[in-house]
Amino acid sequence: MAKSESKRETAHPPVSQPQTVFRHRLSTRIWHWVNAVAIFVMLMSGLMIFNAHPRLYWGQYGANLDQPWLVLPRFPGWATLPSNYDLALGRHWHLAFAWVLAFGLLAYLVWSLFNGHLRKDVALSRAAVAPAHLWEDIKKHARFDFHESEARYNPLQKITYSLVLFGLIPLLILTGLTMSPGMNAAFPWLVDVFGGRQSARSIHFICAMGIAAFIIVHLVLVILAGPVNEIRSMITGWFRLSPPPASNSGDSA
Amino acid sequence: MIITRRNILVGGAAGLLSGCDALGKNEDFRKLLALGEKGNFAIQRSLQDRMALAKEFRPQQRSPVFRMNGTRQPRGEAYAKHASEKFANWRLTVDGLVARPQAFSVAQLMAGPKRSQITRHDCVEGWSAIGKWTGIPLKLLLDAAGLKSQARFLVFHCADKMGFGTPYYESIDLIDAFHPQTILAWALNDETLMIGNGAPLRLRVERQLGYKQAKYVERIEAVDDLSKLYGGKGGYWEDGAGYEWYAGI
Repeated sequence: MAKSESKRETAHPPVSQPQTVFRHRLSTRIWHWVNAVAIFVMLMSGLMIFNAHPRLYWGQYGANLDQPWLVLPRFPGWATLPSNYDLALGRHWHLAFAWVLAFGLLAYLVWSLFNGHLRKDVALSRAAVAPAHLWEDIKKHARFDFHESEARYNPLQKITYSLVLFGLIPLLILTGLTMSPGMNAAFPWLVDVFGGRQSARSIHFICAMGIAAFIIVHLVLVILAGPVNEIRSMITGWFRLSPPPASNSGDSA
Repeated sequence: MIITRRNILVGGAAGLLSGCDALGKNEDFRKLLALGEKGNFAIQRSLQDRMALAKEFRPQQRSPVFRMNGTRQPRGEAYAKHASEKFANWRLTVDGLVARPQAFSVAQLMAGPKRSQITRHDCVEGWSAIGKWTGIPLKLLLDAAGLKSQARFLVFHCADKMGFGTPYYESIDLIDAFHPQTILAWALNDETLMIGNGAPLRLRVERQLGYKQAKYVERIEAVDDLSKLYGGKGGYWEDGAGYEWYAGI
């Protein structure tokens, strides 16, 4: 499955005949959509919870009479879940979908480790992160050139996915647990790692904003790269390649 | 074409949002969502050692000012009279499913064994304050009263009346009741408890959130079932606002 098998056996079909390749395996597609729902619920219910005390602090403690590093106005109703102020219900949503997020990620990572998805598709080869190749990829992105002539992800894509998979979401889960007084008693080291409950709350918020930024860029790129083809590939797995204009086809893996 | 597509997107997003709000109002769906927090209760109790302590801090790590929250001044003449008498006639009763119902004056409690702990108070809203609490371990009062074998929860009846005259109350299970850091505090930061912080007696259950830390406690009742009390969910905010009874996260 991983060998980007093509429907047609011809190695290089004419440019006029777009090639369709199998890009996303089932586990990736299932996780993508389950996670999409979970992430949206987490972000919006998280903003509801943030609205209860829209101030952030560093350190062990922090309340109204202490010095915050960030004070924000409350997020509007269209951005929160529920849309009216209801901290208890926001917590119900957040703490229920936290299970979906955390165990979804765990299942996906374990599965992707065994089926080779991480090694073959996400891990960066030395060649891919070579400065020259990376620079080419950055230039391609800067040109808004989203012709995808290969089934594989490009290096910037891999770097971004790795940051989300191994950075932002795990940090969100760990800082989320750190805010729990019950977990603090069970795993006291957790609160020490992040330098206090209020620091954990700040890091939690920063990572959530990172995820929100990722989602915006992700959706913009899907639209620029051809939304029908991209969304279809995340449903069926099959992706139609779009080779770059004949003049520059010097893309190498 | 683009306009219609955008309309579909915007309309779809709005539909999803109102759909989520509608789901959140559905009683069965709320129960489903609440399973997430019930799961937290189960997993935290299995990961935590029963006696695992909440983190205790050094004196210099305390908040410069310990924020007051909730009721700052209980209404009513009865409480005002107690306050004017410096709580000399305040009685804490321990009754319900106990072998020997008890009544203690504040002076008696202050003269008894005490425990001091510098702990972090975490509000459900997200803020935290660190302070030093001094009080008598709840276990000692329960041992004096002798819990009957049917007793499963302890209910803390408070002197502050909330909206519509409903009294504040809270409840904990026996694991938290016998936890070494569970105390009835009469001092904060080495000073007699102020009214805003719950004078004369405030419960400290250090492994849970702020709304469990009942203030103005005047009666501790041992019960076998919470559903018969007030709104049936074991606490004022649990009944009125829908907060989880177990507030460990």
